[in-house]
Amino acid sequence: MKGIARSMLTTLSTFARKPVTRNYPDYHRPLPRTDRAFPLLLWDHEIDEPFCTGCHACERACPVECMTVLMKDNPNHKSVGGTSSRRKIIDKFWVDYARCMRCNICVEVCNFDAIAMNNTWTGHEMSVYDRKDLVVDLEQLLTQSRAKEIDEWVPIIGQTND
Amino acid sequence: MVTEPAYEFETQDILLNVGPQHPSTHGVFRMVLSVDGEVVRDLVPHIGYLHRGAEKLCETMDYRQGIGFMDRTEYLAAFNAELSYVMAVEALTDIEVPERAQWIRMILCELNRLSSHFMFMGAFGIDVGVFATPFIYAWIGREALIDLFEEVSGDRMMFAYFRPGGLAWDVPRNFKQRVNEALVVAEQGIKDFDTMLTENEIFVARTTGVGKISAAEAIDWGMSGPSIRASGVPLDVRRDEPYLMYDQVEWDVIVGENGDVYDRYYCRLLEMRESVKIIRQCLEKMPDTGPIMPEKMPRMLRTAPGEVYVRTEAPRGEYGVYLVSKGGNRPHRLKVRSACLANLQALRDMSVGQYVADAIVVLGSIDIVLSEVDR
Repeated sequence: MKGIARSMLTTLSTFARKPVTRNYPDYHRPLPRTDRAFPLLLWDHEIDEPFCTGCHACERACPVECMTVLMKDNPNHKSVGGTSSRRKIIDKFWVDYARCMRCNICVEVCNFDAIAMNNTWTGHEMSVYDRKDLVVDLEQLLTQSRAKEIDEWVPIIGQTND
Repeated sequence: MVTEPAYEFETQDILLNVGPQHPSTHGVFRMVLSVDGEVVRDLVPHIGYLHRGAEKLCETMDYRQGIGFMDRTEYLAAFNAELSYVMAVEALTDIEVPERAQWIRMILCELNRLSSHFMFMGAFGIDVGVFATPFIYAWIGREALIDLFEEVSGDRMMFAYFRPGGLAWDVPRNFKQRVNEALVVAEQGIKDFDTMLTENEIFVARTTGVGKISAAEAIDWGMSGPSIRASGVPLDVRRDEPYLMYDQVEWDVIVGENGDVYDRYYCRLLEMRESVKIIRQCLEKMPDTGPIMPEKMPRMLRTAPGEVYVRTEAPRGEYGVYLVSKGGNRPHRLKVRSACLANLQALRDMSVGQYVADAIVVLGSIDIVLSEVDR
């Protein structure tokens, strides 16, 4: 009986403790900056075009082959009277979020820091009614960065804090 | 003339199919019980429902891409699974891992052991019939640890944080303080379980003497981890073949006596205290600054031809990775030695002759992760 009494006391003592429950849909806990949901593309606000040049590096490194990349000649390049120094630029980009396994490899291999993992709640709450709605295109991938809604975190592999 | 009615009937065992979609099988696991009334006469486990061919998939991928798949083989202790894999790759490439990276790896692996054992405590509570209360209490401790993992690695379960050579990126600046905070919560959780279950007469009566396995049998079945230590075999890879910095910290190998379900529970509880002890020592000895990866790492890692078997002590037992390389940037053959698969084989020996309800408790007590069994 002593053991049962002690275990009941343990249960009772939790009444005096601070609640740890987060009422999730009503309350979104702050996410750390390192949090990673799904990949998205970043927007170069200086020149007003995506950073991505469509070099296929992320597509080739992806372990689950969830990306499709197509590049084109940049219509805004200096040689044709534009302002950008990017000769090639992304034309079409699809990411199948249903396939993505969020391994961060695409971010690591990108030479232009053009891709980052979404670290906002938008990236986590992605439920849809149809599986094919999870294949997102270039426009959707760029929206958050263009609207400056994301404080992206692009780690350099092996870098220390100092 | 009146014939005597035949009082002696032929009896037959009933085949009872538990699973694969059964909440108490901890995943998609099916066992066919042959029951005589309430008593289990025979048990045939059927595995393979969660087979995804992770090992074969890794053979088509380079070493970095394989890390993500190792996470998914052992999702409750992904740091430990990654560790075996990257250590196997490092052994074939002769990469020297910086000291600081090794300390951080060790801290994270021990924290992962804590979170995995918390999960065991909660799920085991449900199996023995202490419904929901310990499960939710376990979540308090586990949540604190998982929040910490998220800050460090970016993900809550599938970390992909260890790389051949060290760590992917540095830990947050307030890492030590955050670990200490999480440890305070975890210690409170361990204390709660101790007072709530360990001496609770109902719990003791439910678990003592159930699912006994002797030390000799456990060795024959190739069991490892807390499941074999509960039978009185002091087998621990961390002490027998120290990897990382385990030879520089002091801790005890927890050994049980009876090898029953209660001992398997109690060994894990005490082991959690030892983990806390190890992490505290690590935090003292860990240098604050320093590299986390060797200076020059190739862009695409290539290993020398050869083969290697690396084993580490995961929360459920020995997690080994056997890697054969023929040179190049991807494994020629990869085999994961999973502790759960070996522990599960002893299930029949432990359950036969017991009640059906006890078979569920025995299954819970060896703490299986079906994705690790089937891979």
